[in-house]
Amino acid sequence: MSDISLTVNGRQVRAAVEDRTLLVHFLREHQGLTGTHVGCDTSQCGACVVHVDGKAVKSCSMLAAQASGSTVVTIEGIANGADLHPVQAAFKEHHGLQCGFCTPGMIMTATDMIARHPEGLDEATVRAELEGNICRCTGYHNIVKAILAASQTMSKASKPKKAA
Amino acid sequence: MGMEGIGARVTRKEDKRFITGAGRYVDDMVVPGMKHAVFVRSPHAHAQIKKIDVKQAQAMPGVVAVLTGKELKADGIGNLICGWMIHSKDGSPMKMGAWSPLAFDRVRYVGDAVAIVIADTKGEARDAAEAVEVTYKELKAVVDAVKALEKGAPQLHPEAEGNLIFDWEIGDAKATDAAIKAAHHVTRMKIVNNRLVPNAMEPRAALGYYDKGEDHYTCWTTSQNPHVARLVMSAFYNVAPENKLRVIAPDVGGGFGSKIFIYPEEVVCLWASKKAGVPVKWVADRTESFLTDAHGRDHHSTVEMAFDKNNRITGLKVDTVANLGAYMSLFSSSVPTYLYATLLSGQYNIPAIHANVRTVYTNTAPVDAYRGAGRPEATYLLERTIETAARELGVSPAELRRTNFITQFPHQTPVIMCYDAGDYATSLDAAMKAADYAGFAKRRDKAKKAGKLRGIGMSCYIEACGIAPSAAVGSLGAGVGLWESAEVRVNAVGTIEVLTGSHSHGQGHETTFAQLVAGRFGVPIDSISIVHGDTDKVQMGMGTYGSRSGAVGMSAIVKALDKVEAKAKKIAAHLLEADEGDIVIENGALKVAGTDKNVPWFQMALAAYTAHNLPSGMEAGLKETAFYDPTNFTFPAGCYICELEVDPETGLTEIIQFVAADDFGNIINPMIVEGQVHGGIAQGVGQAMLEGAYYDASGQLLTASYMDYTMPRAGDLPSFKVSTSNTPCPSNPLGIKGCGEAGAIGSPPAVINALTDALGVADFTMPATPSRVWAAVQKH
Repeated sequence: MSDISLTVNGRQVRAAVEDRTLLVHFLREHQGLTGTHVGCDTSQCGACVVHVDGKAVKSCSMLAAQASGSTVVTIEGIANGADLHPVQAAFKEHHGLQCGFCTPGMIMTATDMIARHPEGLDEATVRAELEGNICRCTGYHNIVKAILAASQTMSKASKPKKAA
Repeated sequence: MGMEGIGARVTRKEDKRFITGAGRYVDDMVVPGMKHAVFVRSPHAHAQIKKIDVKQAQAMPGVVAVLTGKELKADGIGNLICGWMIHSKDGSPMKMGAWSPLAFDRVRYVGDAVAIVIADTKGEARDAAEAVEVTYKELKAVVDAVKALEKGAPQLHPEAEGNLIFDWEIGDAKATDAAIKAAHHVTRMKIVNNRLVPNAMEPRAALGYYDKGEDHYTCWTTSQNPHVARLVMSAFYNVAPENKLRVIAPDVGGGFGSKIFIYPEEVVCLWASKKAGVPVKWVADRTESFLTDAHGRDHHSTVEMAFDKNNRITGLKVDTVANLGAYMSLFSSSVPTYLYATLLSGQYNIPAIHANVRTVYTNTAPVDAYRGAGRPEATYLLERTIETAARELGVSPAELRRTNFITQFPHQTPVIMCYDAGDYATSLDAAMKAADYAGFAKRRDKAKKAGKLRGIGMSCYIEACGIAPSAAVGSLGAGVGLWESAEVRVNAVGTIEVLTGSHSHGQGHETTFAQLVAGRFGVPIDSISIVHGDTDKVQMGMGTYGSRSGAVGMSAIVKALDKVEAKAKKIAAHLLEADEGDIVIENGALKVAGTDKNVPWFQMALAAYTAHNLPSGMEAGLKETAFYDPTNFTFPAGCYICELEVDPETGLTEIIQFVAADDFGNIINPMIVEGQVHGGIAQGVGQAMLEGAYYDASGQLLTASYMDYTMPRAGDLPSFKVSTSNTPCPSNPLGIKGCGEAGAIGSPPAVINALTDALGVADFTMPATPSRVWAAVQKH
């Protein structure tokens, strides 16, 4: 067993877990954060993407013990109270989801992608960067649209601050 | 119809829970005392089970129970069945082999379940499953359907001699042969429709819970049709009588057909929950999904298409061998017969058609409906053949199609279907315009200068949706009726609940069904809730597949709404002291036409429940039920055009543009319809360019993970150009045709027609992976 201590969605969490516990199972089964999904077991599909210390990570390919001492944010933790995160809002606005199973991973990947590209995104970049996330419903058309729209919204929102 | 009614681009009501991580899928369910199950599965494609030793496994840490097929049989659990009876052309019924939910004497494909291990944690169950010792005597396997028909092939089921399940035909053989004999030109092809794995992103899962006090079972399952699951598990598998079995399909992460069927796992989890005395949850890992979800397609066909000297099709003859895998899955027999051969007329006026279909057992996963189910196979065969014919005849593919289009409706084809409405030339024109078809030659020349091979291809598809009039499908062998039910409950405060037998697993019913009601009564969409997926809430339903939820499910709601409206008007007329015939419903109020006298919707509802002042003899309350049985199939149709570019140095193929022009009849929510088309195209392009399930000769699945089976990713696809035209469907009250499967049906032949155009080859077997394209370039 491993004793772990980490921050999950702003809350300090301590637990004793079996050594082989993956971060995704710790989040889902120990923390009840079932928004993070398991879609493939081979770190291909990206349904399990969360943020660890600000970076997008496939939580099926990291042990919970490895995340000890880290700050983890899941799909349940990115909205600002009742206000949706701009990426969440864009997925709804542009119909970027159907069955919803890949959606949390898509949104967590997209927020990370947008943060890494402050210069803005184009369609080719978004499609290339989505390589690690599989969706079977949407054909990606509206996911790409949603991420491009969110990127624009977020850059507009950040510009006035710089000016001020 | 207003901002929230029919035709409005309303964003989805269900999205909030999915984008915030609050969706509730089967794997998210937790029941007190719940344990975790892992199935022991056959590593062999074909073997006798000599002995199963569970002693060591039972002694492992955390293990609650290890159960086998012998115990299951002893408890009287029935074999899994195929629910659609097909008769061979000699009149004999299809030869269905026995399929025990847990194999006890013989295994017939890699992944066949032989035992269930139940433990405190999934890890412990997995460890113990490794310790179950099964002694097998290996037998020779056969995975290819054509080889399975050969003399001396390994035999799977004693019931099916020569592995032949049925040898079925449709159409007029004599007339077709005569047409071919008399033809001016005959195009002949061999067509392979590659085997696919559906791959909904949520793996299948089941949670069985037996309540000892009530002697009652609950099953949470990843199902597209929970009521059918309850019916089949009660009536055929002896799990529990219907009144003692509740089936819940909560949020379901995609289905595409693969979650229609009742699989061994949900039956075994339910049975085991009583046997072991604990709630039992099983969740497939992805490799289990690859091994055991019903696969799709896998047809080998030959086709002859005859033309007269005016390039009119005079006859079509088809011979198909369809692989149904190791066991007959729930609707497997209907897919290569009534969902396939009845669509072989396509959009064309063909006076004589004959199709012969043989279905075959092999040592592979069961094969059943996958998005389109039979219709993609028919469309691929037909559209590859007519494109090839155009090249052979030296005429443009568009003109050859146009020459043969059906233009008068209704149109009776020689293969059962009677098309009720359509306008195929409009879709063709729209697609050609959107694709700038006329400018292609210039683009091809430009690409050539850059060392690239560019091609363009089209596909004009038709499909039959809604499935379908119950009496009609009953006469064709279906074990169920294919109506749909609806119940509309107007609450005392005027809010509305709609209970539907359709099931949403990505289609957006919570939005589109609410739009229908909002538009009808002028009440806010947020005051309407759609209830589905629970047999304790919704009495009965047939579920969602075959693009039927709009055409059939919503038609049932319309029928119930008609009844609600009639009663609401009676109440309003009574309250307003007006004539019932003068009451109109507008903007959330019941008004006396031409006056300002009105009663708000919620007041009418309250009056229905206070019952202080109702018309004499009227029952209190406002709740109506309807069952809608369609009068015909619906016939969505359209034209797809694909333009692509091959790099001859690498074989890498890039889709430059993909155009879809569909006629879905009336549309409730264009945003959702477009999304369905996008997803369907991605699956169709996936089939054409990326996907293929391959077994080696010994029956091992070589493509059993996302490392080996190529799923379409964002970088493999372009943005799509989609549009719709509308010839309303005359066969249902909303004029809807259905849009769920079109993309997957229409796109594969468009891609391969474009590829063969680019490469200048006569044929190409899907999928067009770079290595295969490169090899074709070298050979040419």
